[in-house]
Amino acid sequence: MAARVLVGVKRVIDYAVKVRVKPDNTGVVTDGVKHSMNPFCEIAVEEAVKLKEKQLVKEVVAVSCGPQQVQETIRTALAMGADRGIHVEVSGKDYDALGPLQVSKIMAALAKKEEANLIILGKQAIDDDCNQTGQMTAALLDWPQGTFASEVVLEGDKLKVVREVDGGLETVKLDMPAVVTADLRLNTPRYATLPNIMKAKKKKISVVKPGDLGVDVASRLEVLRVEEPPQRKAGVKVETVEDLVSKLKEGGRI
Amino acid sequence: MVCHWALQSETSMAETSQCTGEGNQSYPVSQKPALLADRSSNQGVALVHICLTLLILLHLGVCPMPSVSHHCYFDSPVGSLLVLSSCCPPDVVVWPCSVEEVSALAKICYQHQLPIIPFGTGTGLEGGVGAVKGGVCFNLGKMDCILDLHQEDFDVTVEPGVTRKALNASLRDTGLWFPVDPGADASLCGMVATSASGTNAVRYGTMRENVLNLEVVLADGTVIHTAGRGRRPRKTSAGYNLTNLFVGSEGTLGLLTKATLRLSGIPEAVVSAVCSFPSVQAAVDSTVQLLQAGVPIARIEFLDDVMMDACRCYSSLPYVVAPTLFLEFHGSKSSLEEQVTVAEDITRGNAGSDFSWARDAETRERLWKARHDAWYAALALRPGCKAYSTDVCVPISNLPQVVVETKRDLMQNHLTGPIAGHVGDGNFHCLMVLDPNDADEVQRVHQFTERLARRALALDGTCTGEHGIGLGKKALLCEEVGPQTIKVMHSLKAAMDPANLMNPGKVL
Repeated sequence: MAARVLVGVKRVIDYAVKVRVKPDNTGVVTDGVKHSMNPFCEIAVEEAVKLKEKQLVKEVVAVSCGPQQVQETIRTALAMGADRGIHVEVSGKDYDALGPLQVSKIMAALAKKEEANLIILGKQAIDDDCNQTGQMTAALLDWPQGTFASEVVLEGDKLKVVREVDGGLETVKLDMPAVVTADLRLNTPRYATLPNIMKAKKKKISVVKPGDLGVDVASRLEVLRVEEPPQRKAGVKVETVEDLVSKLKEGGRI
Repeated sequence: MVCHWALQSETSMAETSQCTGEGNQSYPVSQKPALLADRSSNQGVALVHICLTLLILLHLGVCPMPSVSHHCYFDSPVGSLLVLSSCCPPDVVVWPCSVEEVSALAKICYQHQLPIIPFGTGTGLEGGVGAVKGGVCFNLGKMDCILDLHQEDFDVTVEPGVTRKALNASLRDTGLWFPVDPGADASLCGMVATSASGTNAVRYGTMRENVLNLEVVLADGTVIHTAGRGRRPRKTSAGYNLTNLFVGSEGTLGLLTKATLRLSGIPEAVVSAVCSFPSVQAAVDSTVQLLQAGVPIARIEFLDDVMMDACRCYSSLPYVVAPTLFLEFHGSKSSLEEQVTVAEDITRGNAGSDFSWARDAETRERLWKARHDAWYAALALRPGCKAYSTDVCVPISNLPQVVVETKRDLMQNHLTGPIAGHVGDGNFHCLMVLDPNDADEVQRVHQFTERLARRALALDGTCTGEHGIGLGKKALLCEEVGPQTIKVMHSLKAAMDPANLMNPGKVL
């Protein structure tokens, strides 16, 4: 029986916010902008909490890497039912340059330190859309991985994962310990209710530095330029189906 | 940024001016020139003035970027029966981005005596955004900020462009929500203007109980705060209750540019259930008894057999086609068990079926989405037709009589009118589906809705529980409140908007 689940939660710009590129094209505007937990991380937390409610796991630990503010994101995970949190402190330039490779090194180190049997992550973050952390973490730990999970079933010490792939659904069976990344249809995350938010305030968040875990967060990548996608050009309205067909022919589309 | 504005060209005016005036008259096409002369001769000149003034203001940097357009940017889904076949476009649409711009624009309209039509999401059901006398439509959708959330105090201030779903999505991590949920994803300020309510009203109240303060721009551009700027105590006895004067005023007293709303805690546990009954009477009796038993039920919605059939086809609901109650219970896990036990007892006593449970979030969402989609399900019964919703509300004890008599009326007159409603408040809707080109059917539906309204009035109720008076129920309002009270309403309107510029033709 899996004892401990590590869930990674990332603090990102809220999905409902209209993102703006900074005037110097070095990145996007984050000051004063609403941030919240990455939606796929919410699904990951929900899945972990569901496993705990079914009494298949003993403890759910929420992990986030970043500056002080990420503790808000960890608190949300605690309000959803995680038992405790770990804040890996990364700030300033290091935080701006933090990417999947460094995070997966951190997750791997924590998995060993906390003796976790299962890591659940969101399949990707809505800010960088990398879709790499889960896979890299599994590789570093040499654990099996079930990515894009739309269903997870714990059967003894094996994990059955139904994956959403281009061709449809693929079912894999993994030996524990394993890494799972959550896709959209895995579950519907619960809202944090006030009583649970109050309880979460009392749960423990321990703070560690990447150095304590033996991880170097220096990045090998340099962002050269960030630009908005080109403005959408106006379309053309046509009066009849015949016009439409002839325009499509003109444009070489048919 | 280019502001493009134009008076409506004569041709486009002609195409769109199949407008109904204050009475039941629909001006036939051949009379268009007369209509243009009536409405637009003075207004035409005024509109040139408004454009020049805007140019000047722009130049002076007073109103930096008002977007102005002559396009008709709204699509009122139904409006009242009177405007079923057409919408009344305004002459000009503006998109102010701040209360200062709203005020400056209102001043211009006041100077030139131009009607002002506030516009949120255009999802009202009583023709509230129709510009029956032309004028300037203030589309407030660009003012879409959520300001000043106070979690510990359970309040938040929003601008008119914020819809209820957008607010709740933004609040999701705080443990708070705004529970008033009319069918559409409406602008919250629009909901204030129509005193909206929804499926949760039986427990959480309507807009009347959930607005703490409003920022309003009056017809002459004056900006006021009904409870004082920034104030948000949970209760007050300070002076006249101007906040609730504007709730339900349907844009006839001022433009709402900010609303401070009362939030509620997201319930710890939620469970929904469906129960079908052998008769309408049994379902409605159960409702009455549930409320009398003091069960703090969160939602209690009634759907008749016609509506259940429509939902079964449209939303693939797996339930029996019979008079049905959709119930939802909110509370802690233990209180839910208590509530459910009492509820099941009562429904069984009325020959109700066993509860079909919807416990997990996905199933519950599907259930309530099907309820909120009732409008579309009804429309799907007769493709090509339009729909109109009635909205009467009576004291709960009179509900069984009203519903039973209404169903009889529908059947006797061969009308398609599936019933869905918030029976917990004594409020229900007949979603009348009719062919707008069948004059006889339109007439029969019209007469039916008048009979229904009068039936409700005779039973101590109201002709509109939540949709508002709009264009079509002005006469009924007079009957409902009586001549002396209507006189007082007229005096208030005259005091606040002597030139009748604010959304003319509505409510009074």
